[in-house]
Amino acid sequence: MSAGRLWAVAAKEIHYILRDPRSLAVALLLPLVLLILYGYAINFDVKQIRLALYDPDRTAASRDLVEALTRTGYFRVVHVLARPGEAERVLQRRSAQAALILPARFESDLAAGRPTAVQTLVDGGDSLTASIALSYLDAMIQDWQARRLQQTLPRGRALAPIEPQVRIWYNEDLSSTNFIIPGLLVVILMMLAALLTSQTIVREREQGTIEGLVVSPVTAGELMAGKLIPYVVIAWADVALITGAGRLLFHVPLRGAPALFLGLTFVYLLAALGAGLLISVVTQSQQVAYLIALIATLLPTMLLTGFVFPLTSMPRVLQVVVQLHPATHFMVIVRALMLKGAGWSVLWPRALALTAISAALVGGSIARFRKTL
Amino acid sequence: MSPRLGHLIRKELLQLRRDRRMLFALIFAPIFQLFIFGYAVTLDIKHIRMVVCDLARTADSRELVNSFARSGYFDLAAWVDSPSQMGRPIESGRALIGLYVPHDFSKRLARDETAQIQVILDGTDMNSAGVAGGYTAALIAQYSGRRQSASPTGGGPAAAGMGMPVLQGIENRPRILYNPELRSVNYMVPGVICMILGTVMTAMTAMAIVREREAGTLEQLIVTPIRPWELMLGKTLPFAAIGLLDVVVIIIVARAWFQVPMAGSGPLLLVLAIAFLLTTLGLGLFISTVSRTQQQAMLTAFFVLMPSVILSGFMFPIENMPRAVQWITYAIPLRYFVEIVRGIFLRGAGISVLWPQAAALVGLGGTIFALSALRFQKRLG
Repeated sequence: MSAGRLWAVAAKEIHYILRDPRSLAVALLLPLVLLILYGYAINFDVKQIRLALYDPDRTAASRDLVEALTRTGYFRVVHVLARPGEAERVLQRRSAQAALILPARFESDLAAGRPTAVQTLVDGGDSLTASIALSYLDAMIQDWQARRLQQTLPRGRALAPIEPQVRIWYNEDLSSTNFIIPGLLVVILMMLAALLTSQTIVREREQGTIEGLVVSPVTAGELMAGKLIPYVVIAWADVALITGAGRLLFHVPLRGAPALFLGLTFVYLLAALGAGLLISVVTQSQQVAYLIALIATLLPTMLLTGFVFPLTSMPRVLQVVVQLHPATHFMVIVRALMLKGAGWSVLWPRALALTAISAALVGGSIARFRKTL
Repeated sequence: MSPRLGHLIRKELLQLRRDRRMLFALIFAPIFQLFIFGYAVTLDIKHIRMVVCDLARTADSRELVNSFARSGYFDLAAWVDSPSQMGRPIESGRALIGLYVPHDFSKRLARDETAQIQVILDGTDMNSAGVAGGYTAALIAQYSGRRQSASPTGGGPAAAGMGMPVLQGIENRPRILYNPELRSVNYMVPGVICMILGTVMTAMTAMAIVREREAGTLEQLIVTPIRPWELMLGKTLPFAAIGLLDVVVIIIVARAWFQVPMAGSGPLLLVLAIAFLLTTLGLGLFISTVSRTQQQAMLTAFFVLMPSVILSGFMFPIENMPRAVQWITYAIPLRYFVEIVRGIFLRGAGISVLWPQAAALVGLGGTIFALSALRFQKRLG
């Protein structure tokens, strides 16, 4: 491999990038924008669920139950229903997300020990909030009732014989930024593949300049390596941006060894950029390359690799297939390195898989690029 | 319709037919997304891997641990012999939650004392951690309740005879409207429609127009008698048609394969989709006027669309966002279309409920398209 030819390819690519400052700006700014959006705007916690209330009893007990629900901040009474039948319309109009319908003789039934029933209604159209709203309502009602009973029991008699002590590791405040920002690193690097390297070869094919490359002494290996170098630099800039901003703005820690982090990030970088490169080699038009890159790299990374949705909830078959995707492994690695302080002894299987995939993708691009017309 | 516009549309369709892969990708992409959302993406958290350290090893402790396994929420992934060994599976990610039962568990229960157990949660994924914590609390409460009613000093009919209060429960009857089994696919499929129309169409339109500018054929078109408005329509109408075709395909696949019910009116959805297409195609048009190369067009489109997808309320509820951000989302057309599609699919909402969103779409769409058209004409003429 000739260093001179490699550098010539890289220099040409750098010239191309610099002549299009807007693309460079997007590659560097978009990660920041996403970081700020995910860091400040997105909130996974479900709070202040809008509740419609029907309370025909209006006694101390019914008011106490409602107060218990709203005091925690999880629910907020936004609508008082005049009739239980109104609840459905209110939910359809989305004025409220859930409804609580209390029975007429709530307090007297409770006091007399007669069975009583409440009805909770949830808007299933938003299944994220719905399942949480349901379980909160259920848990809080049972909890309220248990505490009322506790007050009537003789002293010293524990109502619950088992007391669980819960400890939370690695992310004690359950902060969503600690969870999301390492994942964002994985997503953004893959995004660069989808946007940048997926275009680099196919663009030359569309413009006709690929013929010039083919007849030159440049080998396929030199071409791929030369093309990759500028994007590796851009990708590293993004890594620095995200981890730096993550640390400064959101206090996301890096508890593992920095050297391990840098090394594995580099391997993943090659995998992500290599994936884009491979797509670029096998497609004929930039539009198709873009579409395929979106579908094959970015979308799976955001949805299937454990970024937001847990892997274990997916069908078994898919869980196995997604192990072929480099982002799956790096997602685990980066979270373990940043939050758990995990070391090589724990991470080596994943690191090995990632390296293999990385080599396959870059090697595949080189192999597939046939120096023919 | 002017004959020139007709010719232009024919040319576009011919070009599309030649590029089989593009056509395939444009029709296949939404179906692929649908399958991903339908099978892979789920908001239910199950099969949470658990590591157990049971030092008591009595019938009681085994019953407790088994109740976790039986619930279907937890998978017992590892058993260890000492609490210090629990750390490793959690650190490596083999387990999300650890359960430690101390050796005096049964003895304390027998003496009617509170038995303490320890639960360790991997807080990295705070969603799963929160849900796992909730399930754990519920299972422990149920276990306690079973012991309570079984024991002679607990609540229940025997207790009533002894003058103790009866643990008569409040029965909670939950009802879920509109998506009774809380199937994620029902919730996500409308989202796929929005994604395809909102993102792919914009980028493809912008790239298609810029492609002609790059190739130099746009200049050739300008020197023909074609008027700017005909050129604009000729470029955007084919994509509008493909977009609507995509919507129909998605609806068919969603209903036939995934059994996603559609409570509302299909024709209303198509009509409002056209309104939404005004905004996306208008945006594509605008991006094409500010881009010189296809790569620029694609990157600019991505830069504009990715934040709007995140803020549209498709995956993250808008109400959880800070006030300032919520104000910004009023300017994002995708936000209204997500509400429309979800309303029609899941709640059977009609125009009487959705007219504010429809009006917003028409208003925004008209403005964006008009401004883009003006800019397009100026650059051509």
